[in-house]
Amino acid sequence: MTLLGDINYVEPWWMQILKSLVIFLVVFNFVPVALMADRKVLGRFQQRYGPNRVGPYGWLQPIADILKLLSKEDFRTWNSVAFLHRLAPILSVIAAAGVVAVIPFGPVTSIFGTDTGLYGMDVSIGPLWVFALGSLAFYGLMLGGWASGSKYSFLGSMRAAAQLISYEVAQGLSIVGVIMTAGSLSLVDIVDAQAGMWYIVPQLVGFLVFLVASVAETNRPPFDLAEADAELVQGYMTEYGGSKFGAYYMAEYLNMLVASLLMVTFFLGGWWLPFGIHPPTWVYPIVVLGKMLLFVYFFVWIRATLPRPRYDQLMSLGWKALLPLATLNALVTAIIVVVSD
Amino acid sequence: MAWPPGDDVVEVVRGPEPGGPGGFYRAFGETMRGLKTTFRRQFEDVPTHQYPEDKVPVYPRFRGRHRLHRFEDTGLEKCVGCSLCAAACPADCIRVVAAENTEENRISAGERYAAVYEINLSRCIFCGYCEIACPFDAITMGHDYEMSDYHRSDLIFTKEMLLTEPLERTPLRAEGE
Repeated sequence: MTLLGDINYVEPWWMQILKSLVIFLVVFNFVPVALMADRKVLGRFQQRYGPNRVGPYGWLQPIADILKLLSKEDFRTWNSVAFLHRLAPILSVIAAAGVVAVIPFGPVTSIFGTDTGLYGMDVSIGPLWVFALGSLAFYGLMLGGWASGSKYSFLGSMRAAAQLISYEVAQGLSIVGVIMTAGSLSLVDIVDAQAGMWYIVPQLVGFLVFLVASVAETNRPPFDLAEADAELVQGYMTEYGGSKFGAYYMAEYLNMLVASLLMVTFFLGGWWLPFGIHPPTWVYPIVVLGKMLLFVYFFVWIRATLPRPRYDQLMSLGWKALLPLATLNALVTAIIVVVSD
Repeated sequence: MAWPPGDDVVEVVRGPEPGGPGGFYRAFGETMRGLKTTFRRQFEDVPTHQYPEDKVPVYPRFRGRHRLHRFEDTGLEKCVGCSLCAAACPADCIRVVAAENTEENRISAGERYAAVYEINLSRCIFCGYCEIACPFDAITMGHDYEMSDYHRSDLIFTKEMLLTEPLERTPLRAEGE
């Protein structure tokens, strides 16, 4: 079946269901881990402990937070649009979770006697899939802000959409160099091509642009102008509460994980270890998740360090600095690829 | 002084213009410097006191909850019910009702004793005037500061409550601490 992409070999249907379940359960369970790491590590950066009351060292705090959100009243404002108001957070979560399907965690191995790729699917249009779902995530924010029936929500969704669109351009262009160097749009091929050298070395500019754009794309501080906790009415999720707000919150952290996984895949060599170390195959997914946690740590580090820019500064950074840099990077890479061929 | 001052008064130091390659390079360098600063903070000690377990020790002259005292040798109450503390109290939170000591019912060392001695701690401002007013050092400010309760009526401390030792002692700051 080549509707979504060529998977090159046939996996039995039960293996496809099994591995999709495993991948999503593992990645979803990193959401509370990221939430906790965010608060604990941010606490260390600010010389305080962070949550340490619930459970040993406070590690059960996200469970308590989630239970609290789920047990709250499911309300909406009288002039909100009920269907879209419910649909919007679901769209956000689906768009974030869908990207996980194409993230490669390891090469093709033999599990239970069948050849299985340690990834959801190997689509031949990997980055396109990623950015298509990223664009779908706009609808989650836009519909959420619009359907709330509140002008503050609507303004918040406008801010978020303008920011996301601006930085998605730079983000998309920054990986063009990677795609040209690898000569493939399949994420598995891109990781395979990094066996000799990770793309962070030859594509350093692309990596930096992608990193900054990822922080902006995931609405994390310092680019959290959509919410701007201290300054504005909260943003597109102002009128959301309870489990629907929880869904937005989860989508935000899932987006952070996905952005980290994408950076690992595109620039940090996916499952490859440096210095020619070749561990057994079952270590590969752990390597990918470990590198992902490295980026989660970096997200928190950035959050602890940088103040929020003004909105015009945000826009000028996206359009006047990152976009030309990404374009230049793509241009130079194209020339080098053609010349060295 | 005239404004703006002349060139000889203030030397205006300006950074490079924001934007452009120079500003971009500078912003990148400053970002790196900021990252280094925050990174170092992680390995420093956390100054947080884990409060209910780790109480901050108080100074000897800390004015906490009041204490009434007895003579150590005879066990008689020092308070003679003179109501000077109630008179000195700016918040009007002390209520004293005095009664006569008798031979068979001797409670204080003086002629009279405090039959009722109540301090309304929800009114008290912890100024310590009662301590100063007392001619017998019968009332002093203690070191307890954990006095919150669920009902306002529970904050009216009676003579028995003020006379007994607190259940949990507040740590006292040691010499030179």
